[in-house]
Amino acid sequence: MHVEVRGLNKRFGEFHAVKNVGFSIAKGQLIGLLGPSGGGKTSILRMLAGLETPDEGDILFHGKRVNDLPPQERGIGFVFQNYALFKHMTVEGNIAFGLEVKKWPKPRIRERVAELVELTGLSGFEKRYPHQLSGGQRQRVAFARALAPEPQLLLLDEPFAAIDAKIRQELRSWLREMIDRLGITSIFVTHDQDEAIEVADEIMIINQGNLEQKGTPWDIYKNPQTPFVASFIGESTIVEDISSLRGFEDARAWPGTRGLIRPEYVEIGKPSEFQILSATETGRVKHLQFRGSEWLVELEVGSTRLVTYRSLEKEVLHPGDEIQVLVHRAYLFNDNDSWIMENKLKEDRTYVEI
Amino acid sequence: MRRLWIGLTFLVFALLLGAPVVRIAMGAWNDGWSGFAGGLTRPEAVHALAMTGLIVVAVTVINTVFGVMLAMYLVRAAWLGPRLKKLLNSIVDLPFAVSPVIGGLMIVLLLGPDSAIGGLLGAAGIKIVYALPGMILATLFVTFPLVIREVMPVLQEIGTQQEEAAAMLGAYGWTTFRRVTWPQIRWSVVYGIVLTVARSLGEFGAVLVVSGNILFKTQTATTLVYQDVENFSLTSANAVALVLAAGSVALLLLMEWAKSRQKHA
Repeated sequence: MHVEVRGLNKRFGEFHAVKNVGFSIAKGQLIGLLGPSGGGKTSILRMLAGLETPDEGDILFHGKRVNDLPPQERGIGFVFQNYALFKHMTVEGNIAFGLEVKKWPKPRIRERVAELVELTGLSGFEKRYPHQLSGGQRQRVAFARALAPEPQLLLLDEPFAAIDAKIRQELRSWLREMIDRLGITSIFVTHDQDEAIEVADEIMIINQGNLEQKGTPWDIYKNPQTPFVASFIGESTIVEDISSLRGFEDARAWPGTRGLIRPEYVEIGKPSEFQILSATETGRVKHLQFRGSEWLVELEVGSTRLVTYRSLEKEVLHPGDEIQVLVHRAYLFNDNDSWIMENKLKEDRTYVEI
Repeated sequence: MRRLWIGLTFLVFALLLGAPVVRIAMGAWNDGWSGFAGGLTRPEAVHALAMTGLIVVAVTVINTVFGVMLAMYLVRAAWLGPRLKKLLNSIVDLPFAVSPVIGGLMIVLLLGPDSAIGGLLGAAGIKIVYALPGMILATLFVTFPLVIREVMPVLQEIGTQQEEAAAMLGAYGWTTFRRVTWPQIRWSVVYGIVLTVARSLGEFGAVLVVSGNILFKTQTATTLVYQDVENFSLTSANAVALVLAAGSVALLLLMEWAKSRQKHA
């Protein structure tokens, strides 16, 4: 394992920021640390970098314990949220800094800087100062600077938080491509779900100091292991009495079980649009909201409110319309357990195999 | 209407600042060039100006080095307890709150020949009060906050991230200070130095108390002017005063230049 963390704990005074976190990361992986603000993601990243010391726990790189190694010796490239560029140095000066500290010979430094300037698309800007660059350019300089001394591990602290939306998209794909090309193990912190899902090989969901789940974006989405993960990813509605929905009557066997329903679990439409009409029940459209690429529909089934999306291609609905509702599955959870339950009525009982 | 007020403001400041300097210059030239030169070249004046020069240099060097260091510790050192930091912060402001004369008296009481430490050192042949070391100490006390107060806000503003970035790139303490922190606080330190020089040039009360104003031994330019005025040798007083005033004007110009560089940096 390239990076391994065991039993990491960190307190800031009374506040327990990181609670017993453990994970391992293979070489070349791009991992996203995702979670709400104040959850502990940046603290974990800074402890990996050596900028904070853990109260308890071990951090290992290639099997070797590095807790006592200062940040200068860890061979890590760090990209800060606000770039932290050296304001009084040019782009070249910034990128060359790490190499000058390592006392590389001058020709080699020049070569490496030129290579990185080319790689990050900053050709022509070498002699500029940070205040003469745009946000996106500054972030690329920060990236180039971190990569210059050929680090083993790249850490990025919310690298795109300070950048406007359109540029963010471009930089995101550029980052993914760059890291793939270089094959460098990378961990980045973000609170933007879309970013994590798009860029990362695996995501670690961190909430209130706990590692809730580690897995591929697909895994996390399809098989959330804790109620927090289920509600954090995507948009969902909590249904108090899940057994009141058609097809989920079996949930009565576990009293106190609540259901979490994602918009994509719910299908609505006119009776003609359904194959298995017997699994549906009648509902009413409460509210419609145009979202640019689709409709957001708020509906009511009995006393339960649900939210779903509807394609623009389908027949337009109106508030007050009566529609058929099919809940494909729900994520059920109570104090002891959590699991995904499919709608029992979806099995077509009229089909008989001969 | 506004022009009237602006004009009035200029007039008031011209009277308050300009007129006295002109008056000093006129007074110094009362007996012509020989009067002025005589006032400056007499042995007591030469000694006094030399003393002032010595004190200014010593105080500036010590306060710059220790001032920058203390500013770094107060802003950056995470291992110093917050209460200790608050206490040190208040101590830094102390010389502003206390009259320089009191500062001088404090040194006489603590280190004078009748005190424990003073007596001990006196027996070893080292004089503090009524000698140069005491005068340097008194001026140090008075000018101590100046560099620190210039550097601390800049350190706080530039934040720790650049220094952390340098650490991640392999730079240890001195390298980080030399290549990352210093270039950014440089002009604030220069401004602080200029303030320190100006203040030590003009220091009177503390030095008067600590030095005893002994002719040819512990007299500075300012206390010499004081003595001259008391003895009614006004031409000589004005001559020395004019040198001090010229120094102040030069420093003022330096201050403005340093400030403008500070903004650009």
